[in-house]
Amino acid sequence: MPRAKVQRKSTSIDMTAMCDVSFLLLTFFILTATARQPDPLEVTTPTSTYKFKVPDKDIAILSIGQGKVFYEVVGQDVKKATLDKMGERYNIKFTPEQRERFGVIGAFGVPMANLPGFIDMNGEERTKYLKNSVGIPTDSTNNQLSEWLLQSRNSVAELHQAQMRVTIRGDGKEEYPVVKKIVDILQKQKINKFSLITSTE
Amino acid sequence: MAELDTSSGGGKKGGKVRTKKASTKVDLTAMVDLAFLLITFFMLTTSLSKPIAMDIAKPDQEDNDVKLELRASETMTILLGKNNKVAWYMGEAGKSAPNIEGFAEIRKSIIKNKEDLMKARRRQLIVIIKPTDGANYKNFVDIMDELNIAGIKTAPAIDDVYIQDSEKDAMRAAGIL
Repeated sequence: MPRAKVQRKSTSIDMTAMCDVSFLLLTFFILTATARQPDPLEVTTPTSTYKFKVPDKDIAILSIGQGKVFYEVVGQDVKKATLDKMGERYNIKFTPEQRERFGVIGAFGVPMANLPGFIDMNGEERTKYLKNSVGIPTDSTNNQLSEWLLQSRNSVAELHQAQMRVTIRGDGKEEYPVVKKIVDILQKQKINKFSLITSTE
Repeated sequence: MAELDTSSGGGKKGGKVRTKKASTKVDLTAMVDLAFLLITFFMLTTSLSKPIAMDIAKPDQEDNDVKLELRASETMTILLGKNNKVAWYMGEAGKSAPNIEGFAEIRKSIIKNKEDLMKARRRQLIVIIKPTDGANYKNFVDIMDELNIAGIKTAPAIDDVYIQDSEKDAMRAAGIL
């Protein structure tokens, strides 16, 4: 008499497909995550309980620390357009290659005269150079920071038809008069609204 | 968990001895675990690492036409001094001695003043922030944050130009200017 045998099923599932999907997602997230560029100026931002996140386009970031100011405007197209305008303003010719390279440089604090040489350096030399750099000149006779701001505002308005938001990334220990000096430069250009970058508590 | 022998019984006919074939399947559970852990990490860090912005509005320096009259009794002036100390007073400068406090106590004072004013007159408290040269950037951010925590809805007036002599004297006396 044949006995009816119950087929025992294995409890383990085939993981291959799941593994494929998860690695696909993993690759996607790794590739889309923008690599954070190291900040040349060491700045510890104060903490706050605000919730508003900094937008990732049409902004300029002014880093203030150790009495120096570094400048960065976000977006490759805006960077290049700003460089063109600054070149015209200060009568410095930039080669197409230098333009291309400037598009990927992050925050910088270099006087206009040294800028072409700075762009030609490689990444390592640049980091070294910025360590000892004086930042962007902000004196009333040679106010390059004001000029950078003005030209990048124009570029953003032309390219994106948007208003550029100015953000200040200041070091917590920086004395208030230093910050006030920069804010006064902003206010001279009628930028009365700006944002301070803070980190979460 | 390893899938080595999945054929349990059923197929044995005539007692023939079969050589067992080792399965080529590898256990992927641990690998999937790891992958999902990494996915979670990347997903969270891409959106969480964004810095936070605090919006600041300052009065126009050249445009003096826009003037807003305030009642002195409804204003609280906070002076930021050095050594992480603040001095605050209600009403007009010079009429009452400023209270010197640290950042730990200022929140309670702001909330108390706000609630007292709300109870007495049902009016919102107006806060004026005056950072002096002794203050540092962190103090400024901290005080703006305290206002946010205290729920001051009216925009604070930030005034770093007109610091009056009576205010300076009081701060000097307390050793925070």
